[in-house]
Amino acid sequence: MHHRPSVKQPQPCDQGSKEQIIGTENRNRDSDVNSQNLFLPPFRSVSFHFSAFSKKKIPFQWERGFNRQKSPLLSPPVLLAAMAEIPTSDYPTIDPTSFDLIVSGTGLSASLLAAAASVAGKSVLHLDSNPFYGSHFSSLPLPSFLSYISSPSSPPNLYSDVEASSQSLPEPSRSFLVDLVGPRLLYCSDETVDLLLRSGASHHVEFKSVDSSLVYWDGKLCSVPDSRQAIFKDKSLGLTEKSQMMKFFKLVQSHISLTRSGTTTESGEEGGVMIPEEDLEMPFVEFLKKQRLPPKIRALVLYAIAMADYEQDNGDSCKMVVSTREGIETISLYTSSIGRFVNAVGAFIYPMYGHGELPQAFCRCAAVKGALYVLRMPVIDILTDKESNKYIGVRLASGQEIFSSKLVLDPSYQIPASLSPRETVVSSNLSSYVAKGVCITDRSLEPNSANILLVFPPKSLHRSSRQ
Amino acid sequence: MHGRPRKATKQEDPAAAAAKSARLRELQSQLLHFHHNRIYTKEAVSVSSKLLEINPEIYTGWNYRKLAFQHNLKEVSDTDTDTDTETIKSAIEDELRMVEVALRRNPKSYGAWYHRKWILGQKLVPANFDHEFRLLDMLLKADARNFHGWNYRRFIARLKDVSEEEELKYTMDMINTNFSNYSAWHNRSMLLSKLLRKKAKGFHEEESILSDEFELVRQALFTDPSDQSGWFYHLWLLDQTSTPHKPHLVSSWPSDKLNIEISAQFKEKCERFPIIFCFNQQVDGVNLATVTINSKLVSSEHITWKPLSANNSRKSKIWVGFLENFNKYCDNSEGLSVEISVHCCESIVHLKFVMKLSHMDHQGENGDGFEELFLWDCPKSQEINPYLVSYDPWRLRVESVEEDTKWHLDTLSAEIALFKEMSECDEDSKFVKLTLARLLGAHNSIKSGGSAYFEEILKLYDDLIKLDAPHYRYYRDERSLVLLDQMTSSKDSLVEYCSRCENSSFSCINPQLCINFSGLNLTRIGFVERLLWVQILDLSHNNLTSILGLEALQLLVCLNLSHNQIMSFTALEPIKSLQSLKVLDLSFNEIGSHPVDTTRYLCSSPLSHTCNVTETMEELARENIKIGDFWEAILLFESLQLAQLDMQGNPVTNERFRVLVGKVIPCLKWLDGKPVR
Repeated sequence: MHHRPSVKQPQPCDQGSKEQIIGTENRNRDSDVNSQNLFLPPFRSVSFHFSAFSKKKIPFQWERGFNRQKSPLLSPPVLLAAMAEIPTSDYPTIDPTSFDLIVSGTGLSASLLAAAASVAGKSVLHLDSNPFYGSHFSSLPLPSFLSYISSPSSPPNLYSDVEASSQSLPEPSRSFLVDLVGPRLLYCSDETVDLLLRSGASHHVEFKSVDSSLVYWDGKLCSVPDSRQAIFKDKSLGLTEKSQMMKFFKLVQSHISLTRSGTTTESGEEGGVMIPEEDLEMPFVEFLKKQRLPPKIRALVLYAIAMADYEQDNGDSCKMVVSTREGIETISLYTSSIGRFVNAVGAFIYPMYGHGELPQAFCRCAAVKGALYVLRMPVIDILTDKESNKYIGVRLASGQEIFSSKLVLDPSYQIPASLSPRETVVSSNLSSYVAKGVCITDRSLEPNSANILLVFPPKSLHRSSRQ
Repeated sequence: MHGRPRKATKQEDPAAAAAKSARLRELQSQLLHFHHNRIYTKEAVSVSSKLLEINPEIYTGWNYRKLAFQHNLKEVSDTDTDTDTETIKSAIEDELRMVEVALRRNPKSYGAWYHRKWILGQKLVPANFDHEFRLLDMLLKADARNFHGWNYRRFIARLKDVSEEEELKYTMDMINTNFSNYSAWHNRSMLLSKLLRKKAKGFHEEESILSDEFELVRQALFTDPSDQSGWFYHLWLLDQTSTPHKPHLVSSWPSDKLNIEISAQFKEKCERFPIIFCFNQQVDGVNLATVTINSKLVSSEHITWKPLSANNSRKSKIWVGFLENFNKYCDNSEGLSVEISVHCCESIVHLKFVMKLSHMDHQGENGDGFEELFLWDCPKSQEINPYLVSYDPWRLRVESVEEDTKWHLDTLSAEIALFKEMSECDEDSKFVKLTLARLLGAHNSIKSGGSAYFEEILKLYDDLIKLDAPHYRYYRDERSLVLLDQMTSSKDSLVEYCSRCENSSFSCINPQLCINFSGLNLTRIGFVERLLWVQILDLSHNNLTSILGLEALQLLVCLNLSHNQIMSFTALEPIKSLQSLKVLDLSFNEIGSHPVDTTRYLCSSPLSHTCNVTETMEELARENIKIGDFWEAILLFESLQLAQLDMQGNPVTNERFRVLVGKVIPCLKWLDGKPVR
C-alpha cells in the first residue's frame, strides 16, 4: 500500500505555527517520490487534465470547494440506479429497523448531513445504491469510470453523449482515478478546509499540493504568476505586463490589508490605497480593464486566481458576474492560502486520491459516531402513513422496511406526487449541460511537477478556429 | 526580516533585568581580571564563554579567547607532539561552537563572525566545509540579506576554492527565491567582474554576458520598480557599459597642434610653463619613462610630473608638469616646438604644440599690471571670435578612443527606450527617472558630438528635485554636472559663455578671455578637462559649497567665487595648487559661519601640514592674533601669490582678519577693493 503518513489533528494552534493536514511531510518528500515509483499509487506522475467545452451556451462550470456564496458542490445529489440486479436474498438485513434519519446517496452534501446528524447524536442509516461511496462525487478507476458513465442504467439526463476515444487505455488503467465531476481544488484557506479540520474529517483524507497552475492562452500554456517572485521569474510575460500585474497586486494587497486593519477611510494613513466603493460594485472584469490590464492578464486573474465559473467578458449576457468586491475577496483568499500549510507549494490542495475522498471522509466521520452504512442498497419505495399520508419510512431493494422520522433523498428519485413536499426541489440545473473532457497525457506537462492545474479560459479553445 | 516595522522590545521584569546586568558585570570583571593577568585555564576561558553567550558584542571577550587559543596551542605543541592534531581539532571545534552560540543570539555580531574567520583562516586543520556551508544555508534561510553571512560565504568559498561559476549559480538561486536581495546582486556583480576579468570559460564575450544581465535585472525592475536592490545592480551594469576599462588620456594642456602666443609680459613674469594631462580615471606612473618630450631645446628630464589630488594619493586623474625656464627658448622666430608622447596602458598619444612670442604687445608698460583693480563686470554678450578659444575637446578623444562603441550605444539606446516607456506608465517613480537620466548621460558620454540629451536630462533632474526632496542636494550636483557638460560640449556652446575683460592688463596667454559661468545654480564643478586653458573664470552667484576639480585649472589667473555658499577655508583647498592665481574674489560666501570647520575632517589632517614658524607668525603673535583660530586661512593664503583678494560679506571678515591677510600675503595689492598699504 502506498505510504500514508498519519494526518495530524491540528492543534488549537497558536499563531504562526502552521497547520498541517497534508499527509506528506516535508522530510518525507524524497522517500515519497521513491515510494510513488515503487507502489504505483493511483496518481502517479501522470497528470490529469480536465477540460470542458461549452455547449448550448452554457459555459464550463468550474467546480470548486464549497463556498458560502455559490456552493456548486451542494447541488442536489442524484439518485443512481443500482448497478446490477442483486438477488434479494443477498442483501443484508438491517437491524435496528428504526432511525432518526435515513440518508440515501453518499454524495458530498448527503455525507455532510449524515456526519452532522451523527455528531449531533442522531441515529443515522446511510444508504447508497452504488457499490462505492460518493455517488457522482466519486473518483473511479478508469475502467469503472468508463463503464459507469456509459452504462445504460445511469440516469440518462446526467450523462449524455458519452464518447470515449478509441485509443487503448493507458496501462495500468486501474492506477488512474478519474473524478466524476470536475476536479475540485480547495484553496488552502477555504472554509471547506476549516470544516475538514473542525469536523475531524481531515483524519480520513490526505491532500497533496498543486505544484503549479497553467493557463491555456493563445495556443500556449503559460504559468500563473501569483507572487512577486513568480512574476519576476516568469519568462512568458512581457516587461510591461509584469509591471502592470505587479501594480495591480500591490493595489489589491494594500486594499486587503487596509480592509483587515479596519480602516474605513478611502486613503489610509500609512500611505496605502483602498479601492473606491464604486469600483467595488462594478464587474470585476471592468475593474481589471480600468487597471489597464491586458487581456491575457485579465484571463489569468479571472479564471486562474479568482476562479470565476462563467465567462466574464461578454457584458450583459454574462452569467454570474463576479463583482470587484468578490474578486478581491477571492484574491485575498488566494494569497492567504499560499503558505498556510508548510508542504503546500501554492494556493491549492487536492485530495490525494481524487476528490471522491471528500464525501468518503465525512461518511467515516459519521460512521465513527455510530451511523450505519449500507452500500448497494437502493431505496425502491417510500412508505407513508395511510391515514395522515405522511412519511414514515422506506422500502429497500432487499424488501426490508425501515422507519425513520426524517428522510434525505437524492433529488432525482421520483417521488410519488402524493408525497411531494410543499417546496419542490428546483431541478432547473438538469436542463443545462456541461461538456466535460478527460484527457490523459503520457507525461507531466511541466517537468518536475507532478500535480498541475490547467485552466482553459472560456472560448480559449475556439480562438484559433474563429480566426 | 526586512521591511517589517521594528517591535518595541518587551519590557523586562526590572528585578530580572537588574539580576542580569549584575551577572554581566560580574562576568565582565572576571574576564578582565583573567585577561590582564594572562590566565588561560579552562575555567577562565569558560567565563568568557558565559559572557559571550549573553552578549556577543564584547570584543574584549573575543580577543581574550584568541589569546587563550594561541597560548594553549603553544603549550600543547611544546609538550606533546603525538596528540597534536586531535587536541588542535578539539580546540578549534570549541571555538567554532562558541561562535555558533553567539550567532544564534545575534546573527549580525561582527566580533563573532571575525572570530570564526580568524580560527579557520589559520588553516591549522582541514576545515569541515560541509558544516560551514550547512551553517550558511541555515543562516541565509533565516535572513537571506544578512551581509555578514554573504561575506562569510565569500570567505569560505575562497578557502575551499569553490569556483566562481558555482557561486554565481548560487546567487541566481537566491535571486530567484527573492530578488529583493542586495547582497545576492552584489555578490553577483563581484563574481561576474572576476570571471570577465579572467576571461573564464563561457565568459569570453563580455558583451553578451552583460546583455543577459541587463535582461535579468530588467525582470526585477519591471516587476517591482519600488525595490531598490535591482536598481543598484542596474547601476553597476550601466557602469560596466559606459566606462571604458582602460585608462586613457582625455585632454591635455596644451592640446595637440596648438600654437600658443605668449606675451612678452607673460614670458618675463613666468618662468614655468605648465603641461597638464587629464585621464578618464585615476592613474599612476606618469613619469620620465612614460612621458617623453621631443624638442630641440627641452627634454624630458626638465620635468617632474606631479599628481593633483586632494588626498595626497599617488594616483590621480590629473597630472601636471612644468617646463622650467621655457622663456629662454621661445625668442626665435619659429618659436619653441614641443612634441610629447604619453604612454598609457599600451597606447601612445602624441601631442605637438608650438610656443611663440606674440608681437601684438598690449599695454605692457605698467610692469606687472596690478596697479589697477581687476573688475569682473565684463559684458557677457560681446561677440567673441571662436578662434580665440583654444579649445577642442574632441580632437584628442577621437584619436585615443578606438574602442568599438556600437554595442555600448545600442545597449544604452535600448535601455533608454525601455525606461522611457516605463516612465510613461509610472510617472512618479524616482528610480525610473534617475536611471533614465543616468542612461542618457552615459549615452552622451560615449557618443561624441551629435544630438545630445542635455535638455532632457536637465528636465529629469528638475523633476527629481521636486519629486524627491530629501535627496535634492544629490540631484542638484548631478544637474550641475550636466549643465557644465552641455556648456562645454562644443566650441560653439562655450562661446556663449565667453566674454572679454577689457578692464585690466596682465599676463594672459589668451587675451583677457573670461569664461562666465555665473548665476547658473551650480553646486559642483566638473568637466575641468575641457577648461584646462582657462585663465579667467567667473563662478559667481552659484550655490557652490565645494570647488573640488578646480585644481586642474593650472593656468587660472583670476577666479571669481563670490556669492556662493562656501563655508570654510578648507573647502578652498583646491586653490592651493593654483600657482598662477592672482585675483581671487571670495566675497559674500559663508566662510566662518560655522564655528567648527567640519570640511577639515574630510581633508587631510592639518597636523600633517608642515609649517615653519615664520616671521609672519611672530608678527601675527605681536598683533595678538591667535594663529590657531585662522590656521586654515594662513595655510591657504601662504601658498598663494595673490595680488587682489575680496573677502567682504563673509562672517570671518573683520579688521583683525584683514590685518592677518595683509601679513600673510605680502604681495597683496588690493583687499576688498581698497589698496593695501
